[in-house]
Amino acid sequence: MKDQPQTLLDKLWERHIAVPETDENPAVLYIDLHLIHEVTSPQAFAVLAERGLKVRRPDRTIGTLDHSTPTLPADENGELPYGTPAAKQQVEQLIENCGVHGIELFGLGDPRRGIVHVIGPELGLTQPGKTIVCGDSHTSTHGAFGALAFGIGTTEVGHVLATQCVLQRKPKAMRVTFDGELQPGVGAKDMALAMIAEVGADGGQGYAIEFAGPAVRALSMEARMTLCNMSIEAGARSGMIAPDETTFAWLEGADRAPKGAEWDAAVADWRTLVSEEGATFHKEVDIDASAIKPMVTYGVSPDAAAPVDALTPPAANASDAKAAEYMQIEPGAAIEDVDVDRVFIGSCTNSRLSDLREAAEILRGRQVKDGVIALIVPGSEAVRKAAEAEGLHDIFRSAGAEWREPGCSMCIGMNGDQGAPGDLVVSTSNRNFMGRQGKGVRTVLASPATAAASAVAGKIADPRDFMEGVSS
Amino acid sequence: MSIEPFRTLTSRTIVLPEENIDTDQIIPARFLTTTERAGLGAGAFYDWRYDEAGNLRNSSPIEQVKGGQHAILVAGGNFACGSSREHAPWALLDLGFRAVISSDIADIFTSNSLKNGLLPIEVDEKTHDFLINNPGIEISIDLETQIVSPTGVAPVNFTTEKFARRCLLDGVDPLGFLVNQMASIKEYEDVHGR
Repeated sequence: MKDQPQTLLDKLWERHIAVPETDENPAVLYIDLHLIHEVTSPQAFAVLAERGLKVRRPDRTIGTLDHSTPTLPADENGELPYGTPAAKQQVEQLIENCGVHGIELFGLGDPRRGIVHVIGPELGLTQPGKTIVCGDSHTSTHGAFGALAFGIGTTEVGHVLATQCVLQRKPKAMRVTFDGELQPGVGAKDMALAMIAEVGADGGQGYAIEFAGPAVRALSMEARMTLCNMSIEAGARSGMIAPDETTFAWLEGADRAPKGAEWDAAVADWRTLVSEEGATFHKEVDIDASAIKPMVTYGVSPDAAAPVDALTPPAANASDAKAAEYMQIEPGAAIEDVDVDRVFIGSCTNSRLSDLREAAEILRGRQVKDGVIALIVPGSEAVRKAAEAEGLHDIFRSAGAEWREPGCSMCIGMNGDQGAPGDLVVSTSNRNFMGRQGKGVRTVLASPATAAASAVAGKIADPRDFMEGVSS
Repeated sequence: MSIEPFRTLTSRTIVLPEENIDTDQIIPARFLTTTERAGLGAGAFYDWRYDEAGNLRNSSPIEQVKGGQHAILVAGGNFACGSSREHAPWALLDLGFRAVISSDIADIFTSNSLKNGLLPIEVDEKTHDFLINNPGIEISIDLETQIVSPTGVAPVNFTTEKFARRCLLDGVDPLGFLVNQMASIKEYEDVHGR
């Protein structure tokens, strides 16, 4: 068995088996890092209380506030403008639960607070070789570092709080290889949407995806996070990329990363976290990265994605027809030139410094079209600080965009940041589901560059038309 | 600690033929600010069941669930994709559903549902097509034998992950099982420096 070449998934899985999987029982899988937030944890803490159980490893548990928190600053009395009293109560509940159980919480006012999938990597909590879970499907993001990271439900949040383990069957291995080189004006978000369009919204179901190939190797850590983040939109709970020099360079010196001799030992170990030559994948997909164009969605499922300069395909069935009706985008229509009401740049998919720089490149010296509301929400306090240090906020404000406090914001709209019914929102988030950004709101997923270009044009636009020396 | 066992169910279906019905449709995010499990049925499929003015659309087939005779939801492929919110099965259960049948059900939702006594069942395309095209038929589900028997078409087998199935049949809570593994968990921590 040992001679069988192993996948990265095999290695990560094997390292965390507390009790092996049998025909009768799933594996008891040890979790190195448990991230919690206010939305999916309260009922789990309630179960612990009912059962008289303690949080077993508060030192492996980290809390942050992101989903229900306002992105507007406190008023003159220091009161935050919560969307609803329930949102405020949910935030207070997590503060209380973390206090009672001795869990470190990056709470309101903490310079380390931010979207859970932005701060984990930022602080160096996310590391190669770890198992990482969170009651949030975009936990796949952390796989960009060569970790096994996946979203869990609230019952499982309770399991991890109580035992530091989850019961899991090993997923099948899928590899998505991006060959070639990306064209200028095309990025990780476009790769993700192209991949989901190719395999379908359920193409990764039952699999953990490993992203590989030269175009993936060439990506920055932030871009790799964007790609892994969207794995769940193809139905895969995990996405991962084998760690390399890019990974180590990002982590070196990070607050919670190993230091000194421990760092050297860790890197030596992390270098072994690669899929071996000849390892078996249950499913393989190859994509030519050089053929990918800036991508946008035109329907209500993330696999309804096409190049921005394309026409939408004909409706294949009743679901497609219903989606086209909701989106008010006729099958066969040009995607470019669809009028835009709002633009949202943010979310755990695209709210990191490089995303904001990408948007700023296009917005610099330009104006958001009259009547278009553009919201730019950094992923964390650290991202905000870094962006402000290089003046990005001034570029955004000069262009007429709003620069907000960190949080999930309009990706999920739980904090009151929403579109109005019928609005078309070009959004750098991850889900174009009906009503996701507010009742009746039509969401078009895109990269930060495409979103910024669309804000300026007032219609869905090709970012390459706004880039010097780049042709579409 | 035990949970309510699930062994058999005979009920009628409600059909939602749309593909890719995501968890934001099942329970929109604005209902997730609750810190409770109970009462989420009020928000279940809210934007499908209520019009812009907040009036119940009587035309929605979902309303039939309230009569108690239609506890089986038949849905289009890739059902419950999207977010990991366990509020989705909580909401469906609270509304009155006990089982969901589709050709293809998302992983996290399946895992969440099994832990709450909502039975997710995947069937072949042909059976699925029949069920989609025949709303309201009576179906018998036997979890022990893993056979689903719809009226008017041959019974078909389905597969439920063995451990989850055992837990449902016996009314065993998986958390109790995990807590009983504590010696192995501690040993793992010692050996692996955790």
